[in-house]
Amino acid sequence: MSISVRNLNYVYNPGMPGETVALNDVSFDVADGTILGIIGHTGSGKSTLLQHLNGLIKPTSGEVYINGECITDGKVKMTDIRRKVGLVFQYPEYQLFEETVRKDVAFGPKNLGLDEEEQEARVKKAIGLVGLDYDEIKDLSPFELSGGMKRRVAIAGVIAMDPKILILDEPTAGLDPSAHRDILAMVRRIHDEMGIILIFVSHNMGDIAEMSDRVMVMSEGRVALEGTPAEVFSQSDRLAEMGLGVPPAREITELIKSKVPQFESEALTIDGAAEDIKKYMEEARG
Amino acid sequence: MIRDITLGQYYPGDSLIHRLDARTKIIATLLYLIELFVVNNFYGFLITAAVLFVIIAISKVPLKFIFRGLTAVFLIIAFTFVLNLFMVDGRVLWHWKFLTITYEGLSRAFFMAVRLVLIIIGSSIMTLTTKPVELTDGLEKLLSPFSKIGLPSHEIALMMTIALRFIPTLMEETDKIIKAQQARGADFESGNLFQRAKSLIPILVPLFVSSFRIAQDLALAMEARCYHGGPGRTRMNEIRFDRGDAVAAVLMLLFLAVIIASRFISF
Repeated sequence: MSISVRNLNYVYNPGMPGETVALNDVSFDVADGTILGIIGHTGSGKSTLLQHLNGLIKPTSGEVYINGECITDGKVKMTDIRRKVGLVFQYPEYQLFEETVRKDVAFGPKNLGLDEEEQEARVKKAIGLVGLDYDEIKDLSPFELSGGMKRRVAIAGVIAMDPKILILDEPTAGLDPSAHRDILAMVRRIHDEMGIILIFVSHNMGDIAEMSDRVMVMSEGRVALEGTPAEVFSQSDRLAEMGLGVPPAREITELIKSKVPQFESEALTIDGAAEDIKKYMEEARG
Repeated sequence: MIRDITLGQYYPGDSLIHRLDARTKIIATLLYLIELFVVNNFYGFLITAAVLFVIIAISKVPLKFIFRGLTAVFLIIAFTFVLNLFMVDGRVLWHWKFLTITYEGLSRAFFMAVRLVLIIIGSSIMTLTTKPVELTDGLEKLLSPFSKIGLPSHEIALMMTIALRFIPTLMEETDKIIKAQQARGADFESGNLFQRAKSLIPILVPLFVSSFRIAQDLALAMEARCYHGGPGRTRMNEIRFDRGDAVAAVLMLLFLAVIIASRFISF
């Protein structure tokens, strides 16, 4: 699987008083198996972009190719696209509606026209992938679960469609630190086990640095920066201009560098920074 | 699609119509609606449409915007039209099996459709040119005499403010839920009537849940700011009735007189 976006433009309310350019000539590629982290301010066009990737929004101009197939020329069947590209919205728990968890997760597979047996298998697998116990949870009402569990169930509802590309819009928004960590670990596990392209939006630079193979920064409807985490986060001045920061680990190492000029570190994660500090201290001692 | 509903939306502007007192606009709209039911022939509608057009021109709200609101209720208009077309007895124009179109039916169907269109355009002019808050303030003032006989005018106005305020919020919410379910392969466009009605459940249930959540948050936020109801509340912007309003009121009464006169124009 691959994604290719070419010169994508999108205008909200064209010709109306509220006319806004949400996407301005956006182009990028995502290779198979990649984890792409997207950063950007509220209103930078992230959510609009994500909705283009599974055909929920038609672009004003430009093309989106999924695995070489153009999905924006109106020729493909939308159900085929949505089977391949799973999109999990912000606060996905607000989309739950069935009486039981099992039925809710089965909604997607059912819409794909799978038979009962296949549905059941998909639901079991998806609930397992999001780290919940199928037998324990299947007959509960989704509305009586905790916030973190609701979100897992909602994500399972998308995973059960067995997408080859999974997109998550701020999967950790509004969760407490422990649920936050759990969801990230879960997302990573889903990526590794399903071998898919994973795209996720986050405002947490630490998460982005920790998780992503590639990072894309959106600003005012454009792709402002794109590259590996090391490449993107080395441009801290440009990020600051856009009101964005660097991962906390980078902030700490920069601070140490400013006080201890001999100290060297390019680490972006807490673990990496700890290693560099340990190395420096051992060298200084020995 | 859902954003296209302009009914109850405000179109920012600073025209003569925008500046009128909300009370003037509410009463004028009421008069206008009564007037639409006074009309008994197409000449009356012609005059009404002309007046409406002048008002739209003064308000500077783009025609496109007004008509877009109409598309949302197109189904109701079409339904009324068809119902009237086949249900009225009279001179037969066309007949096929159990379906009969009469001359009277055709004229009646057009009459009703035009009336509906004029009702919708006319009342949307009021909401398009008046901020919801002004509208409900005006309504509260208009109803306040009745509070002496126990009518909770402040509460009614508040309920309306909240309802109007949350229309866009709930629409956004609906839009989001529809998209989320579409992403899970939901299909709202095909199937027979029963299947389609059933396909609304995945939208309606989350929407209800969201409404309760929003209502609870709002109630908490209001209590946190010591909201305690009507008596003794002051407002930031007092509404005032001035000369423009007097002129508008006189014009509206004149208009009503003309319309009553138009009843006596015969074909």
